[in-house]
Amino acid sequence: MRLGLIIVKMIKYIVKRLALSVLILFGVSIIIYGLVRIKPGLDFVQAKYYAQMQLDNTGQVALMVEKQREIYGLTSPILEGYLVWAGNILQGEWGDSFIFSVMTGEVELLVDAEGNPVLDSEGNQLTKPISSSNVLDIIASKSTISFVIALIATILQFGIAIPLGITSATKQYGVVDYSVTVLAMMGISLPSFFFGALLLRVFSIQLGWFPYAGLTDPNSNLPVLLDNIHHLVLPITVLVILSIGGLMRYTRTNMLEVLNADYIRTARAKGLSEHKVIYKHAFRNTLIPLVTILAGILPGLFGGAMITETIFSIDGIGKAAYKAVTMGDIPFVMAYNLFLSVLTVIGTLLSDLMYAVVDPRVKLTGGSK
Amino acid sequence: MKLFDNLQKKIDKKKSIQKHYISKEQIKQTAKENSRIIKELEKQNNRKNVPEEEYLTKMRDSNNVVEFDDLHAYFFTDAGIVKAVDGVSFDIPKKSIVGVVGESGCGKSVTSLALMKLMQKPQGQIFSGEIRYNAKDGKAYNISKVPREDMNKIRGKEMSMIFQEPMTSLNPVFRIGDQLDEILFLHFPGITPEEAKEKSITMLKTVGMAMPESVYSRYPHELSGGMRQRVMIAMALSCDPNLIIADEPTTALDVTIQAQILDLLRSIKNDINGSIMLITHDLGVIAEMADYVVVMYAGRIIEKGTAREIYKNPQHPYTVGLQKSIPALNLNDEKLYTIPGTVPNPINMPNYCYFRDRCNKRFGKCDGEYPATIQISPTHSVACYLAEEIAAELAKSKDGEKNAKK
Repeated sequence: MRLGLIIVKMIKYIVKRLALSVLILFGVSIIIYGLVRIKPGLDFVQAKYYAQMQLDNTGQVALMVEKQREIYGLTSPILEGYLVWAGNILQGEWGDSFIFSVMTGEVELLVDAEGNPVLDSEGNQLTKPISSSNVLDIIASKSTISFVIALIATILQFGIAIPLGITSATKQYGVVDYSVTVLAMMGISLPSFFFGALLLRVFSIQLGWFPYAGLTDPNSNLPVLLDNIHHLVLPITVLVILSIGGLMRYTRTNMLEVLNADYIRTARAKGLSEHKVIYKHAFRNTLIPLVTILAGILPGLFGGAMITETIFSIDGIGKAAYKAVTMGDIPFVMAYNLFLSVLTVIGTLLSDLMYAVVDPRVKLTGGSK
Repeated sequence: MKLFDNLQKKIDKKKSIQKHYISKEQIKQTAKENSRIIKELEKQNNRKNVPEEEYLTKMRDSNNVVEFDDLHAYFFTDAGIVKAVDGVSFDIPKKSIVGVVGESGCGKSVTSLALMKLMQKPQGQIFSGEIRYNAKDGKAYNISKVPREDMNKIRGKEMSMIFQEPMTSLNPVFRIGDQLDEILFLHFPGITPEEAKEKSITMLKTVGMAMPESVYSRYPHELSGGMRQRVMIAMALSCDPNLIIADEPTTALDVTIQAQILDLLRSIKNDINGSIMLITHDLGVIAEMADYVVVMYAGRIIEKGTAREIYKNPQHPYTVGLQKSIPALNLNDEKLYTIPGTVPNPINMPNYCYFRDRCNKRFGKCDGEYPATIQISPTHSVACYLAEEIAAELAKSKDGEKNAKK
């Protein structure tokens, strides 16, 4: 009966938090739209066709631009424009990217002007693959590889940083602690574009151990999967080394705090071995802040690594976002930011839920009263 | 020349100003020296597979559970060596309650932590002296030499500890039952989970816990302070130890619960076969419970004796002051007596009576070095010049008796 009550409370809590999330996303959408709309000078549709409009003397392009502006709600005042845009978003119309298109995997039958199917010499019907510029399709297709990279990097990061942090804390002010701390600080301080370039220079160009761009190499005689892994070694190294430092310091701090707690002394007074004291009694308590971090990295998992992906020319969502920003692909940038904010909101919710899972003192309730 | 003289004078003046701070070099030097000593001591502590002969010893009196013999427990800090326990010697006889009293910071907790080898490492170390422990199986251990690995067999099983802060002394993420069972699994290998649960619930009943089955499956935060302290006591009792150290077990509790916990401790004393080392700053509690009393001040014992001797015939002005500071209902004093001043900082203590500056009976002799311990009776001793006369008188009367007998 108690368990049932807890579950009901939990569901109530989640529903409440989701409702709150909608409110947060509403605010975020206002900011995103507002920022793009108040951009000085030309609006984004005009900006895209600016060069063509200069050359155009038939008025065709101008007409097209006007139509597009209507689609994006740019002809109306900002409030109305926001409502049009938000309405589109809610209906699933997230807009088309200016620069990206992906193959949807479906095909379309080719027809001639009269609507008859076009046949090739053997009498088969000719088809044409359908491409899509819809930003949602692009985000979906590009985030897969980013997700794979981020997942591997995160697993490695936690797998390395947590044991290091614990060792560092248990041997505080020892040789291990100092050297780990120095390495961690170096990791935190190195910018990813510099460290990435450094690795490329040393391991790809000078030593030639790893390829320096992309995911596959047509000349490689490795199986596809191994080839992909070979390509991913350097970018994942960059991601892992740069993020270990922070997490390791965080683990160390929390572990030190826990190790000074009275209940650790109790555990020692019981006669438990030092190993059990640290890995059972202390670690279980250190886990509480760590798990909440783990849940909070959700946006990082799907959002891609903008700079690292760009440096290593990996066609993930991070590189796409970078390109979209530099080339003024406003619909994609808006959709990407909205996507990130959805992920962030879900991540926070997850981390709050995880808190209740790992810490028995935290009880989720439907409200403050 | 005159200019030079002035300059010289200035330099001399500067030199003559006494420094009231520790210079960077000094800190560096002490830190270096400390880390050297700590390393050596830790090396001793961390050794593995040490033959038992190395730390087995002989009790001076086999009726004692613990004998502290000139124990020095220091904290090696950058500011200097804190002599938290500085030459403490006393015995805990079997089946008795020994009370250790003193102000905060007098070293009474450190004494007990040294006995359990639970001092904050690496700074806190037993520097010298012996702690002899009489185990259940008749072996006598020299605790200060027992390496960390072997200490785990003694902790919890042979001696256990009840801590000051019940609110934070239980691990918040494990259920009460798990924490109670853990110690049983550890010290009784081969015990089944069912047996452990049964024993834990019995222990909870022993300490007077209402609804022990329900408490067994709860988390610490769901219990009150008094209940948690009962759990701690149950945990301390569960392996039937030879010695229970109760480190201010009632300090963090409110008065009614304090009384209950003390009642519980008293009833335990009759039930178990062991002794209790009761650490407190409340002489009232000691008066009720203890057989022997040790009064500590600034890391040293200033007076010890049976409870009766300490209460009826306190010799040291500090003990007298402590007694006067207990609120009593039958006195009509407007203000409660307090001992003026505070406990001195135990770094670089000078060689004179540490209590001298707070003492209301200070006299000429007190300017001399630290007073020697004077035996007033076989059980009662005190470190104070005031007691010299009494001791002399006692000796005289004894001589007189002897002469009379002749």
